[in-house]
Amino acid sequence: MKKFAILLLLGAFIAACGGNSEKTSGNSESPESEPAKTENGNPSYDPERGEGKFTEVAVGDKLDATMAAAGEKVYSVKCVSCHKLTSEKLVGPGWLGVTDRHAAPWIMNFTTNTDAMLNKDPKAQAQLEICLVRMPNQNIADDDARALYEFMRKNDGIK
Amino acid sequence: MKNYKLLVIAVFAFSLLPGFYACKPKNAGSAVSSDAASKVYVAPGKYDEFYNFVSGGFSGQMSTYGLPSGRLLRVIPVFSVDPEKGWGYSEETKPMLNTSHGFVPWDDLHHVQVSKTNGEYDGRWAFGNANNTPRVARIDLTTFRTAEIIELPNSGGNHSSPFITENTEYVVAGTRFSVPPDDANGDVPINTYKQNFKGTISFISVAKDNGALEIAFQLQCPGVNFDLSRAGKGVSHGWFFFSMYNTEQANTLLEVNASQKDKDFIMAVNWKKAEEYIKAGKGRKQAVKYAHNVYSDITHSATSTIKTEVTVLDVKDFKDLCYFFPCPKSPHGCDVSPTGEYIVGSGKLAALIPVFSFDKLQKAIAAKDYIGEFDGVPILKYESVLYGEVKKPGLGPLHTEFDNKGYAYTSMFVSSEIVKWNIKDLKVVDRAPTYYSVGHLTVAGGDTKTPNGKYLVAYNKITKDRYLPTGPELSQSAQLYDISGDKMQLILDFPTIGEPHYAQIVPADLIKKNSVKFFKMEENKNPYFSNGEAATKVVREGNKVHVYMTAIRSHLTPDNIEGVKMGDEVYFHLTNLEQDWDVPHGFAVKGAATAELLIMPGETQTLKWIPNRVGIYPMYCTDFCSALHQEMTGYIRVSSAGSNTPLLFSTGKNYAVSDTAKKK
Repeated sequence: MKKFAILLLLGAFIAACGGNSEKTSGNSESPESEPAKTENGNPSYDPERGEGKFTEVAVGDKLDATMAAAGEKVYSVKCVSCHKLTSEKLVGPGWLGVTDRHAAPWIMNFTTNTDAMLNKDPKAQAQLEICLVRMPNQNIADDDARALYEFMRKNDGIK
Repeated sequence: MKNYKLLVIAVFAFSLLPGFYACKPKNAGSAVSSDAASKVYVAPGKYDEFYNFVSGGFSGQMSTYGLPSGRLLRVIPVFSVDPEKGWGYSEETKPMLNTSHGFVPWDDLHHVQVSKTNGEYDGRWAFGNANNTPRVARIDLTTFRTAEIIELPNSGGNHSSPFITENTEYVVAGTRFSVPPDDANGDVPINTYKQNFKGTISFISVAKDNGALEIAFQLQCPGVNFDLSRAGKGVSHGWFFFSMYNTEQANTLLEVNASQKDKDFIMAVNWKKAEEYIKAGKGRKQAVKYAHNVYSDITHSATSTIKTEVTVLDVKDFKDLCYFFPCPKSPHGCDVSPTGEYIVGSGKLAALIPVFSFDKLQKAIAAKDYIGEFDGVPILKYESVLYGEVKKPGLGPLHTEFDNKGYAYTSMFVSSEIVKWNIKDLKVVDRAPTYYSVGHLTVAGGDTKTPNGKYLVAYNKITKDRYLPTGPELSQSAQLYDISGDKMQLILDFPTIGEPHYAQIVPADLIKKNSVKFFKMEENKNPYFSNGEAATKVVREGNKVHVYMTAIRSHLTPDNIEGVKMGDEVYFHLTNLEQDWDVPHGFAVKGAATAELLIMPGETQTLKWIPNRVGIYPMYCTDFCSALHQEMTGYIRVSSAGSNTPLLFSTGKNYAVSDTAKKK
């Protein structure tokens, strides 16, 4: 208990120092990419959805073939270097079965908000431990992310 | 000898006075106050408040520092090749260094200007001048890359450049070494300088939307050495001022022969008037030859065009275009105050600083207050243009910039100090020593209409004992002063590249928000772009082999290539498939006589390689990119000239047993 109090005191002291030094240095604001805090234990984080702009994704029973074709085009430029369509791992995991492993919002959040997800999502972090290469942010547009998801569905046998 | 002894005794006696130490500190300990460290400390992960664009002098490049930390952020290759970045080595960048003399791999970049709107920095472009093979470069401050280089005909030693007008209408370039015009027979005796040599001032227009450069017109002036220049601003907008030395028109031993006269001149140019004459068709078309090189961020490559004509106004034919006014002793800087009213001439051999008045200049011109002509250009009376003189400022005044409180700061080369003086009453109010022999100086916003007045940097010519010794040569020292108070305060030393001349200090907020993070693959129009790994291929055209290759963490595609033969020229066209910030890939192949490629995300760059022996050649990514960077490699097989090795390329697969095995 005593130790805890000392720690608290120390913490307060450090915080004060931090604030103080910031003032005296008088320099402009910090870079935009502050390392995200790990929020694995945070109940507000939904590991099924991930983090990003997608919450619910309307997915039809049947495949949208046009959209899947558009997705395949994006895949052939931005994804194929690392992801095979089988279950074989190349740089990243093979795509076969990916739509069974993850919900649509999770996949689309991961493709569009890669760095933030890699910093806090348990499933993404588990995969990183296997692949050891952070998935590059390929700056995929929202529509392209949805099309990619449709292409993944096609790859998983949806007709 | 006696005199010398006396002098030594005098100096010794003087040095014993306590006051001497107080104003001329001998070491950093006495010059730096205790709060200096906190003023320049930028905590890890924090940003500097200012970008400092500094000329790289004889390195030919432009460097970018953060202030107040003095951290080197980037060296931008401009006029010299840079193997680290492939600049001047990749097929795409080679045309940027083309000139009418062919490919020139080096130059001497003296001065830096950041583009202005309404007399204030707008942060769009930086300009640099090449002093040796006269050129002007425009650097795009969204990519921090040289976007355009234009050569200047009729010129030698482009020194009074690249100073700009208050809305970046023009960048000027003035010739320091007068030469016979390009269309004249230049094969003349050197001692016919007075008859045959001319000084040329180029006005290069800058397109408002995209910065495109064009030589709008040139002024043919008397043969002298044009040294530095500044545009008028505010009340003097529409005018340009050029200092000159060697009005003696000497062609040998200039240190003596160009220092004969008590006064040389500053030339005032009414460039609005020049525009009118050009518009009215009064210019003379002259046949010349100069290169104009443009880099495109869409094709990711440069083009070089040789142009063949300029329009010239001979100033002696237009009596209301240019005026000379006397300025003591080989003037160097001629700097214009924030309001545009005062022009400060720094006679580098003078013991005073003359300050001229634009208002008086106008009145003197109206009254035709001339004392004569110089090669047909009217000379105004010194006293009629003079506002006043700063008396006993120090020795060797060179350059002046301004703060926001009505003070000017002049660098003193010989007495090695910065002198702060009041623009109105011309009284010296403060002095700060520099270590050693300051050349240029720059104040934050110090050449704009609204200086910031927080920092001043002195760029010193001599370093000596300021840093740990590194053999005979030491990098030039820069020194940062806090000028926000009454007294200038030295707060930091930092080393620089090349020999820095002029520089600019620009608020970071103007630039950082526009910085490009990667090039969009969708916009890549390089003819050798591979749109994804599926588009990679190897194509033979006679003895040219084009490898369309991609790079992404962590492999090259293709990474096994066979069928290259002796006598082939191989072109590796690398596309970086990454679409994320700060993920360049590098590329190198054994024995390449060029340099590496450094390919930005979404960009395509080409390395030319001529193998000189049969065998297996490794190639690899040179810029550490990922945990599997060491695996980002490949091989090329080179066969003899007459062999029938088929052209094969692949990644991640092995073909059936090779041809040599079959033969057995």
